[in-house]
Amino acid sequence: MGFLSRSWAIAQKDIVAELRARETVLSMLLFGFLVILIFNFGIEPGLREENLVKPGVLWAAFTFAGILGLNRSFASEKENDCLQGLLLCPVDRAVIYLGKLLGNVVFTFIMGIVVFFFFSILYNVDIIGTLLPIGLILLLATIGFSAVGTLFSAVSVGLKARDVMLSILLFPVMVPVVLAAAKSSTSVLDGAGLGDGSLWLALLVVYDVIFLAVSVMVFDYAVEE
Amino acid sequence: MTESYPALDRDAAPVAALADGGEVSVTPGPARRALWIDMLGLASVALILTALYAALVVAPTEAVMGDVQRIFYFHMPSAWVALGPSFTVVFVCSILYLTKRDLKFDRIAGASAEIGVMFTTITLVTGPLWARPIWGAYWTWDPRLTTTLVLWFIYVAYLMLRSSTPEGHKRARLSAVFGIVGWIDVPIVFMSIRWWRTIHPTLITGQGMQMDPTMQAVLMFSLAAFTVLYVYLLIVRVRQLDMGSRIDRMRQQLLMR
Repeated sequence: MGFLSRSWAIAQKDIVAELRARETVLSMLLFGFLVILIFNFGIEPGLREENLVKPGVLWAAFTFAGILGLNRSFASEKENDCLQGLLLCPVDRAVIYLGKLLGNVVFTFIMGIVVFFFFSILYNVDIIGTLLPIGLILLLATIGFSAVGTLFSAVSVGLKARDVMLSILLFPVMVPVVLAAAKSSTSVLDGAGLGDGSLWLALLVVYDVIFLAVSVMVFDYAVEE
Repeated sequence: MTESYPALDRDAAPVAALADGGEVSVTPGPARRALWIDMLGLASVALILTALYAALVVAPTEAVMGDVQRIFYFHMPSAWVALGPSFTVVFVCSILYLTKRDLKFDRIAGASAEIGVMFTTITLVTGPLWARPIWGAYWTWDPRLTTTLVLWFIYVAYLMLRSSTPEGHKRARLSAVFGIVGWIDVPIVFMSIRWWRTIHPTLITGQGMQMDPTMQAVLMFSLAAFTVLYVYLLIVRVRQLDMGSRIDRMRQQLLMR
């Protein structure tokens, strides 16, 4: 088996477990909807600058809901000492990292798309016209978010207050991703296409590449027993 | 005085006296109160006081901003100490720990992060004090301000990660991983936020420093003073942590007997 197919096997395990238990993605979705709902009460209806607020609502919902999945990612391995079994796999640690990352990307991306549908209905966004560019932004943001998130999920899994610690560790490091995602989607949500947003997409790509590389390098130290 | 007490020898493992005849091996550490460190401490106090005098008295009053500008001589050096040496030392020592597995590097990283957070806090407090009369607002989402704030959050998270794990190799590993990722993130945060319009005064342009020579001299002196203070604080804190872990080891050895 090649490098990628081994990683995919680990991701598949997570996906099958999720299909049977159905707890991570559903709770992420519900939480994402709730964030949008709560934001709605903080924003005056019919606000003239609504277009400037919309991306913030979408990406706040994405970030807060996304962290729920990351919390589960390694916490679920901790139950029944699955983590030990996973680490005993005769594969490189980078394979394990990529496998967990793939699973997280799949869950977070599905959550992001569904949250976007919900968001577009509530905020009158044209879904058909924006789905492609938003999908691209979402994919790039999900990769960056999950690349660092999977690493930090492994870092925080053995800690006392691991859920809170993961948020505290991840959010400040995630600032460029949230900023770039929100900025690049501003003109898209206005119905004006990507426009200048492509510059921000480039930043997302740079972020993804840098932190994928760094995370692959240091993941070994995060899980070493 | 009739009674005579045995001379208290600081360097000869004090535990040996407690553990009557037991085999307590204590690795010799930097127990001696070194004179040069005290001298360095005195020097840094003198330097900071001189810098304060230079900032308040020697430096000419800025033509437009007035006396408020003087806070700058402490604002910028704190920012330099935090962003320059402090967090770079955290990064370098994190890598050194992961490659050499010596807890000494972990302690240096931890000490440097603590000092860095302190100086970042000073930067974040002195900045708004200056900005309020000059910009008319305590805070703007300028790249440097925002990056400093994000930086503060990253290293406070680093310290929280350390405090939520018991001392040892596990904590050293986890915080090293975060120390590396956090440091790499800082320039990306800065780049991403810079794409907004910046209003932060730019001192060093293509034509060199745009400052009065006396002001420049005061700034340079203050930068040097703060750097010496950082080095002193780092040495003292690392020695504290070294001794703390030595005491822990001694205690464990005593308990195991």
